[in-house]
Amino acid sequence: MQAPEAFAAAPSAMLAVEHISKSFDTPRTSVRALDDVSLEVKGGEFVCLLGPSGCGKSTLLDIIAGLTVPDKGRVLADGELVQGPGRHRLVMFQEPALFPWLNVFGNVMFGLRRAPGLTPARRREIAEYHLQLVDLAKFGKSYVHELSGGMKQRVALARSLAPDPRVLLMDEPFASLDAMTREQLYLDLQRIWEDRKKTIVLVTHNVREAVCLGDRVVLMSPSPGRIREELAIELPRPRDINTAENAALAQRLTTALARA
Amino acid sequence: MRRALITTAFFATLVGLWKIATVLVGWSPVLLPPPESVAEYLWGALKDGSLAEAALVTLERLLMGYAIGVLIGLPIGLMISTSDILQDTVGALALGLQTLPSVCWIPLALLWFGQTEGAMLFVVIMGTVGSVVIATSTGARSIPPIYARLARTMGSEGFDKWTRVILPASLPFLVTGMKQGWAFAWRSLMAAEIYVTILTGFGLGHLLHYGRELSAMDQVIGIMLVIVVIGLATDKSLFAPWERFMHRRWGTGAVQ
Repeated sequence: MQAPEAFAAAPSAMLAVEHISKSFDTPRTSVRALDDVSLEVKGGEFVCLLGPSGCGKSTLLDIIAGLTVPDKGRVLADGELVQGPGRHRLVMFQEPALFPWLNVFGNVMFGLRRAPGLTPARRREIAEYHLQLVDLAKFGKSYVHELSGGMKQRVALARSLAPDPRVLLMDEPFASLDAMTREQLYLDLQRIWEDRKKTIVLVTHNVREAVCLGDRVVLMSPSPGRIREELAIELPRPRDINTAENAALAQRLTTALARA
Repeated sequence: MRRALITTAFFATLVGLWKIATVLVGWSPVLLPPPESVAEYLWGALKDGSLAEAALVTLERLLMGYAIGVLIGLPIGLMISTSDILQDTVGALALGLQTLPSVCWIPLALLWFGQTEGAMLFVVIMGTVGSVVIATSTGARSIPPIYARLARTMGSEGFDKWTRVILPASLPFLVTGMKQGWAFAWRSLMAAEIYVTILTGFGLGHLLHYGRELSAMDQVIGIMLVIVVIGLATDKSLFAPWERFMHRRWGTGAVQ
């Protein structure tokens, strides 16, 4: 099945994160989640934000999404200032967070229904195309609780891709899945990313996952959250997480992380 | 089908036990009339139309008061869920209202509205609103915050977010709250009909009241049965479809 044409053509956006700082006040103390973080993401690039818990990587993703307002600094998406959430930057979380009152098809349609300039027939067509993309074409009428964890996360992926966002923001989307499901999804995600040429920012604490998926890995360190190092990954695609090259690169990054 | 049979058998057994009790113990029919004299009363009241008329009057008051109560309670509950200040003020008031037995409103209702339909309606509404407000607010506050965040990124804000995400997501709480509201509405109305005599309509509560005055216990028990049956029937027709929908979608149901 071909990607509907109007959709294949949407330009991939560039993200510019400029001098972002963010603190969270708790009753006892104030935590500096991010301290003067700057980052650029090219259109169509797959960037992995890698770091231990508490390094502010999820906060950074939330700020890019427009769900959290930074104390200082700004985010530009395709040259435009991010002032709130918008359907050009869709987020996938660790939990699939599908809506249980809708069936699988209804979930994929949710964002599509709110995307302007499409006829109802077109929306259905696009939703079906994306269900097929994640190999769940037969499950449109299923209810959420009937799916396995991996299937749910694939529906979440289809739901995020269907309204054709310029940027896909993924917050540890594979962390709660078993290894086998996860490795299948690494391949699926790479295939879909090559196919649709999205800009993806993926947050993870899994070094091998970052190396396997990213064009570039951005290393972050905690308290306060800062960017330590960036590393371009030039392994050929599609990459398999279990190859020796992948493991060797991951090893080098792990050492770098320990230094940070 | 099998479940319906089991339910029928259960209630048939209850009636059987009732009959056996009246025969064995030999209570005076004024204390506990046997099932057949209750059935006889019900048959007579059905034939002369007084039962249907009273049930209609009562149901009309109930549905009207309940609907108004939900229409008032639902938006207030949603509003309260957005703010801790509202929760501590309006929410506390609603909680107080919910715990206040609605019979307590009858003296005021009589003073304000006199012996009118307005007094009836007022008591039913006051009985309903509190629990609907509490259920809605609790429901909206209990849904995973990630739903609202996702909705916002996908372009669902404001009214769309409330009606398409927050309300359906709180459905499990809403159904429970609506049922509780319905039960409170019933109780309020029965209290009102027993205490307030009005000429515009003769409801089930009035029949119950006059049964007591005349020591016609077959009438009292008959009306009580009718009230229970109507309660069950409305539950099945008003709420059961929502519960079925919810169980199917959420994958909930009987604990295995």
